[in-house]
Amino acid sequence: MSTPENLKYTKSHEWVRAEADGTLTVGITDHAQEMLGDLVYVEAPAVGRQLKRSEECAVVESVKAAADIYAPLAGVVTEVNAELADAPEKINQDAYSAWIFKFKPDQPGELSELLDAATYEASAAAEKH
Amino acid sequence: MLKTTMLNPVHRALGARMVDFGGWDMPLHYGSQIEEHHCVRRDCAMFDVSHMLAIDVRGADSRAFLSYALANNVARLQQRGKALYSCLLNAAGGVLDDLIVYFLDENWFRLVVNAGTADKDYAWLSALLAERAPQVRLKARRDLAIIAVQGPNARAQVYKALPGSEDATSGLTYFSAAFMGECMLARTGYTGEDGFEILLPAAHAAALWQKLHEAGVAAAGLGARDTLRLEAGMNLYGQDMDDSTTPFETGLAWTVDMGAGRDFVGRSALALACPERHAVGLVLLDKGVMRSHQRVATPLGAGEITSGGFAPTLARSIALARVPTAVVPGAEVQVEVRGHALRTRVVQPPFVRRGRIMVEL
Repeated sequence: MSTPENLKYTKSHEWVRAEADGTLTVGITDHAQEMLGDLVYVEAPAVGRQLKRSEECAVVESVKAAADIYAPLAGVVTEVNAELADAPEKINQDAYSAWIFKFKPDQPGELSELLDAATYEASAAAEKH
Repeated sequence: MLKTTMLNPVHRALGARMVDFGGWDMPLHYGSQIEEHHCVRRDCAMFDVSHMLAIDVRGADSRAFLSYALANNVARLQQRGKALYSCLLNAAGGVLDDLIVYFLDENWFRLVVNAGTADKDYAWLSALLAERAPQVRLKARRDLAIIAVQGPNARAQVYKALPGSEDATSGLTYFSAAFMGECMLARTGYTGEDGFEILLPAAHAAALWQKLHEAGVAAAGLGARDTLRLEAGMNLYGQDMDDSTTPFETGLAWTVDMGAGRDFVGRSALALACPERHAVGLVLLDKGVMRSHQRVATPLGAGEITSGGFAPTLARSIALARVPTAVVPGAEVQVEVRGHALRTRVVQPPFVRRGRIMVEL
């Protein structure tokens, strides 16, 4: 699967989408779900939680292992994807539509500091070697 | 440099995700570990387990030697082809490995041991032989491949793929093996389902794999093998037990024959053993996934998860854990997962056997 051009990325394999209302939607990349294997559990952050940039804020568990999800930027969690509680495999099926949480960034301008698709792909490829 | 089985190119051609398993380059899964798991429970699938080692024990004193070397009693093996599960113990009663021993004839037994411990086992048995029965001979059979076909339809599929195998195994009871030419067909496995483990010359492995594939048998990787064995309540060596664990502490007391009149390595230590902890199963009542090394909190003292994970057949997390012996099935205990205390029920494994859920959810 190609890496969507309209999203921003982190080195730790989160994708971030800017919404019209100023919130940011977060998920994990297709590369990340492929590395993890079948997902069986998602532990989302609590709504209202204040996130520090790069702190561990959620966990996805596959049949193989647990993996942390890091806050792409600082902000406050506004919503979590309740659908994933009973169907974590949606992330395996389509990583870019199965979002995990939304948050309101403290500094919206920092979004530009995240990686674009090409830079993320290069970073993920380099990690393989 | 990782070791490879004869089937390595086949796994790679199938697009398997490969992992380092005890120094072997092995398939973890071929796409979806969960689908492979369900495939074994509902139909059947095949595994390359050629990383395990067959060791032939030959000579007139083989039975007497194995009676001393193994904690289970090979005197139980009276019918040719019969198999027995046993621990190999050190003098302190610690588990060096778990294995299956097949009685092939009075001068020939075959052991199948774990991959990660194979070299250590061979050296241990060689030293024991030199001391006890120098006329008995050991031979490591790295020239053999092992393909496990497991699931309710496994035997029917093997009959299709391997002409003559139905006749060769007619009347074969569970935990027994029969030969067809150079090919050994054993009704054993590590999944809790019926099926065969087929030991054959490695040069013929790819052809058999191909025939099974043409018969419609899916490939399954070590990931599914691990969740299947966990559901079946079977120990994984190095994870649920090692040489610091006695069989009594890991749910394997039933494999130790303490009957009078037989000395075996580890016996005197086990006779004095007074285990404070034992192995139980856990079913997670809350959401989440239990993993090995997580702490188990009980009113009677702490324990530890030895194997934990997601059980596809039960659609929830299960675990094997070592807890104080007073903690028994039916109790509710807590497991610490990332700072949360999650509720679990203590059960008697197996969780699943022959496709059926055996525990209360």
